[in-house]
Amino acid sequence: MKRTAFSNPWLPILLLVPQLSIIAVFFYWPAGYAIQSSFYLQDPFGFGSTFVGLENYTDLASSTNYLDSLKFTVLFTIIVTFLSLGIALLLAVKADKVLRGARTYRTLLMWVYAIAPPVAGLMGVMLFDQSRGNLTQLFRSLGWDYTLGVNYWDTAIAMISVSVWKQIPVNFIFFLSGLQAIPRSVREAALIDNPSGMRRFWDITFPLLAPTGFFLLIINITYALFDTFGIIDTIVKGEPGNNPMTLVYRVFVDGFRGGDLGGSSAQSVVLMVLVLVLTIVQFRFLERRIHYT
Amino acid sequence: MTYTKAALGVALGLLAGTAQAQTEIEWWHAMGGQLGETVNQIASDFNASQSDYMITPVFKGTYEETLTAGIAAFRAGEQPNIIQVFDAGAATVIGAVGATIPVEQLLNENGVDFDINDYIAGVRYFYADADGQMIGMPFNSSTPIMYYNEAALEAAGVTPPATWEEFAEVTGPALRDAGYIPLAQSHLPWIFTENFFSRHNIQFASNDNGYTGVDTEIMVDHPAIRAHFQALTEWQESGLFHWYGSGWSDNQQPFEDGDVAMWLGSSGSFGGIQDRVDFPFSATFLPYWEAVTTEPTQTFIGGAALFAMSGHSAEENEAAAAFFEFMSSPDVQYMWHRETGYVPITTAAYEAAAADGHYDRFPAAEVGIQQLTLPAGEFTRGYRMGFYVQIRDVMNREYGRILTGETSVEDAFSNIQEEANQLLDRFARTQG
Repeated sequence: MKRTAFSNPWLPILLLVPQLSIIAVFFYWPAGYAIQSSFYLQDPFGFGSTFVGLENYTDLASSTNYLDSLKFTVLFTIIVTFLSLGIALLLAVKADKVLRGARTYRTLLMWVYAIAPPVAGLMGVMLFDQSRGNLTQLFRSLGWDYTLGVNYWDTAIAMISVSVWKQIPVNFIFFLSGLQAIPRSVREAALIDNPSGMRRFWDITFPLLAPTGFFLLIINITYALFDTFGIIDTIVKGEPGNNPMTLVYRVFVDGFRGGDLGGSSAQSVVLMVLVLVLTIVQFRFLERRIHYT
Repeated sequence: MTYTKAALGVALGLLAGTAQAQTEIEWWHAMGGQLGETVNQIASDFNASQSDYMITPVFKGTYEETLTAGIAAFRAGEQPNIIQVFDAGAATVIGAVGATIPVEQLLNENGVDFDINDYIAGVRYFYADADGQMIGMPFNSSTPIMYYNEAALEAAGVTPPATWEEFAEVTGPALRDAGYIPLAQSHLPWIFTENFFSRHNIQFASNDNGYTGVDTEIMVDHPAIRAHFQALTEWQESGLFHWYGSGWSDNQQPFEDGDVAMWLGSSGSFGGIQDRVDFPFSATFLPYWEAVTTEPTQTFIGGAALFAMSGHSAEENEAAAAFFEFMSSPDVQYMWHRETGYVPITTAAYEAAAADGHYDRFPAAEVGIQQLTLPAGEFTRGYRMGFYVQIRDVMNREYGRILTGETSVEDAFSNIQEEANQLLDRFARTQG
């Protein structure tokens, strides 16, 4: 890091004010409010609230149902991140090699990105629908009695597939540009050293893609944790029932839908801590192994 | 802020110069699809019927979303004049004294005649407080009834069952052998829990089902309902019953497709089914267990009520009162009943429908109201429990687990009872 000297000490602060005030208004203030509410039991209409200390947290810790959601969220995040990164990388590597009609291929692979999550969820619901869904019919013709909304794991499969499908284009764009940034000379040198495509990919291309991959890993974990809300809501149609739920969806179900603001504030604080820990771990341990050029 | 308001005032004043001083009010509702069109029709009829007031209906999504939007708006001071709140949200909104103006008080203050005895028995007290004062005006009142595909029953050579015993021994097997899925239903907490208790006149919660206090304990873990769910799992096994998940329409669709012969749904589903199906269908009362009672009682209303939210000017409240008067008039009630299948809320409207021959043409349309006027019992008025939306979520989750074989009936009900009581306890403390 190079230290840049400003002649006027107030100038850097002034330049940072817009950014800092946005963070303060949209992050610190609501976060502080959430922490405060998590220690209270509140009437939904806001007429009264009682200080209950840590009760909202101990309730969460003793709720097997909340712990189930936690387990599902971890599993969901791992699978969605792994699949959407893996598939996108495969597509990017293949698209990178295409010589004729490359633009068309790339555009076709990218445009799913333009679909809003609820619309993606709706398309998923149509494909996986119990009585009319094309995929449901395909599964049934293969002898698999697939039923969205009845079987826990069947619903989970729909949630995961739609979330992965929706995220692939973003990863694809980044991986493709990452691949194209690898110098031609390095690739040619590797080609002379080793004719095996597989070895060259793992020894040369993959490490050089690591900065992109690391960035995408964080983006994808955040996506799976938070941005899949719209998809999940559309798939469970607002009636969670015995379907799986992620932690973010639970905050909505218990807080907004159920009116338990204290309990759901505690849930969002837990979520906040979780993300904080995750981010620290990622930057402390993973980033050290990555070399930026 | 003041400038904007002043500018708005001037602009409105200019507009008003041409169209008299109209008071505008807003109505948030949760009626989508064909129901939403009828709601818009009622609003435009009201606007056309007089020139002093103007109501604007706004569709806010599902029942839960509408209530949530209303609460958020109230906390921000932007609440609508009238909001539609569903049965399960009644405790929340009625518990928040000061958030709404009791409809009885609103009407009396604005010189509209109000007599609670004009309302049909099963409708009267569901949205009333402990003293019997009506807080919310019942709007779309429905009750669970059993629809059946007449062609299917004819093919199987059976009549609709009056009791669950008859269904298990006669109707169900005959329909199954005729190639149908005999039974489906769309809402386990509403149809097979709340109304199950009412139909058999069993106490559902302490404090008179929750009406007389907030320190209520649910009494859902009852042998009769456990036996009912045990029977459901057996019927599911033997092909007499099919469960399509906790989504309403996932369960209704197979009935409309003609795969399911009998479907338990809302009396308010009548209009939609009539529009969509091409087979002859009719409806009858919710069956009961003869082993539990030989004197089955009435069910209570589900659906939703309209609440006048506080914090508005006297003119706007007057407009809201005028709209309530219009909405509860026999003509409008009959129109609403005819178009949607929701029950008319007043005796006058019921008589108007009968006099017009509506029930001769569509006997199924009368089933809901007949079921609501069956003999009452000690525990048939309904229930009033806080955080009930979450309690229903717990029920849906546990019922789903029973029907997918993940848990036993005993464990599920003891879980529901325990979790629901924790929620009720939390709610009681928010009210203290």
